[in-house]
Amino acid sequence: MEDEKILEIKDLHTAFRFQDEYFDAIDDVSLSLYKNEVLAIVGESGCGKSTIANSIVGLHDKNFTKTSGEIIYNGENVLNYSEDQYNKIRGKEIGFIFQDPLASLNPLHKIGIQIEESLIYHTNLNKGQRHERMLQLLDQVGIINPKRIANQFPHQLSGGMRQRVLIAIALSCKPKIIIADEPTTALDVTIQAQILDLLTELQDEINAGIILITHDLGVVAQMSDRVAVMYAGQIVEYAETKELFSNPLHPYTRSLLQSIPQADSVGEELHVIKGMVPSLKNLVREGCRFAPRIPWILESEHEKSPMLNEVSKNHFVRCTCWKNFHFRDDGGY
Amino acid sequence: MSFLEINDLKVHFPIRGGVLNTIKDHVYAVDGVSFSIDEGKTYGLIGESGSGKTTIGKAIVGLEEPTDGEILYYGQQVNKKRLRKKVNYNREVQMIFQDVLSSLDPKKRVRDIIAEPIRNYEKLTENQELEKILTLLNIVGMPPDALYKYPHEFSGGQRQRIGVSRAVAVNPKLIVADEPVSALDLSVQAQILNFLKMIQKDFNLSYLFISHDLGVVKHMCDYIYIMYRGRFVETGTREDIYNNPQHIYTKKLVAAIPEIDVENREALRRNRIKVEQEYSEKESLFYDQNGRVFDLVQLSDTHYVAIKNKEDLQDVENSIA
Repeated sequence: MEDEKILEIKDLHTAFRFQDEYFDAIDDVSLSLYKNEVLAIVGESGCGKSTIANSIVGLHDKNFTKTSGEIIYNGENVLNYSEDQYNKIRGKEIGFIFQDPLASLNPLHKIGIQIEESLIYHTNLNKGQRHERMLQLLDQVGIINPKRIANQFPHQLSGGMRQRVLIAIALSCKPKIIIADEPTTALDVTIQAQILDLLTELQDEINAGIILITHDLGVVAQMSDRVAVMYAGQIVEYAETKELFSNPLHPYTRSLLQSIPQADSVGEELHVIKGMVPSLKNLVREGCRFAPRIPWILESEHEKSPMLNEVSKNHFVRCTCWKNFHFRDDGGY
Repeated sequence: MSFLEINDLKVHFPIRGGVLNTIKDHVYAVDGVSFSIDEGKTYGLIGESGSGKTTIGKAIVGLEEPTDGEILYYGQQVNKKRLRKKVNYNREVQMIFQDVLSSLDPKKRVRDIIAEPIRNYEKLTENQELEKILTLLNIVGMPPDALYKYPHEFSGGQRQRIGVSRAVAVNPKLIVADEPVSALDLSVQAQILNFLKMIQKDFNLSYLFISHDLGVVKHMCDYIYIMYRGRFVETGTREDIYNNPQHIYTKKLVAAIPEIDVENREALRRNRIKVEQEYSEKESLFYDQNGRVFDLVQLSDTHYVAIKNKEDLQDVENSIA
């Protein structure tokens, strides 16, 4: 893992405006992405994982958001970029795969044209070369009859095919970074497996770094090299995938792993995390944010202002409450 | 003993076209499936989107008219509205939905939502009714002040619990649960699944659990039916399906589950690719020339698989091992 670092996020805060007040959706997020690795960001809905992705490529409306911190790409802080500067890296150096492919494809244009679009903006290829590259891309993502598909509209394709087209668009300029925001959530398991295998294969070809955003711990275990677990806008645990699954430390990570229905959970009750995910507006921002979900842990076990501490090499955990954490056996009721 | 029997159920949808809007062809959404439902057991229907699993669920509760076949409730036909009324069938079979918000009337308060089935089937005074609703809310773990709130004021997990309390309000025998947890987060999902198991014991309920999540089905179901293109490809107990899958489609499905197993992920991936290859090579043994799934053949007391010749399984077995 002594590879080249291609993206570094330092102390990122993104706040959204709501009735003239700003609320932090993500707080103090620091991550780095290396060449040819998959970094997974995992968490429940509303924990801020997509906000990180959108902050990297500057997709938030500037009138309603405040960002601070640094996102360093190519030695520059992209948070200071103008829209023009962003347009030069979006699509060319950073590819983006969204969850809902139907919503991110233009229903009025044929597939072929939509793939060629980024080639028009970011490359000097002429029309014939673009067409050729487009067919080659479709072939690369495993579409069997590229010529026919290129002439079809998004609604004529199945969900899996559309997701392949999105991957083709993301790959079109051989990006250094691919951000995949829940790329397989809307797909069936068999198709999901195909798409994930495809992503892995293509990554080997172009040596890109992938940021994989998902809520599925199974996908994380199968795909990623390193994982950041998020809760209520903060990273609570950050480690290599093997380490995280064999030695999970933060109470939230451990509770999540306990609540997955699995083979050996048959007949048993699943673990339930007490209480609810706090909403952005009502979130108490002082102290350990997970504390209200584990009320049987004494206040003195938590840190006053929890930081990510390195507990072993490359394994970071927020707060100190993990040290004496234990599950209660009442199943959470 | 089984109280509901489904024999050779078929639901076909016409495709209309041409100038006169005549029927050109049919979509064979459900094409000849048979099974029966026992008291207090959980049955799982698994399949990809478009395999017809929801259509089966809808046909059972009576939201979809079967084209052919029988649905027998204690030996009585219930595939017409008139027949269902006669045996009080609609009270005994309830449904919970995937997208709860759209299954709850946005203009009704929780009290009226839960009271609806009670008002339909029971004659209670206002006080008795209120008492019953409060008990139901208590069972699903909601506070009494939820009574006068509207569905939009709740979170996804709470809404699903309201949906469940409405379904159990008139003590049904069977609940058809169509993807009840697929829109929920992991921790909320665990809550709902635990809770469904808990009320199953209390009410002696049967569930028909429709899902595409094999982990959830494995956790919940006693008996599992795998669907493909409107037909069952393999049916059996949990152990039959997960430890001893025979049909190539089941194998493909089981291999595609992303397991929480970091150590062996390369091996899992290689296995997945091997099964994928197997699938394209051996397709003709498991599907006829029109891509239709063969009839089920019995392998053991509980385990059935759809294949032309039982002997072919041996070949497949050898080539995979």
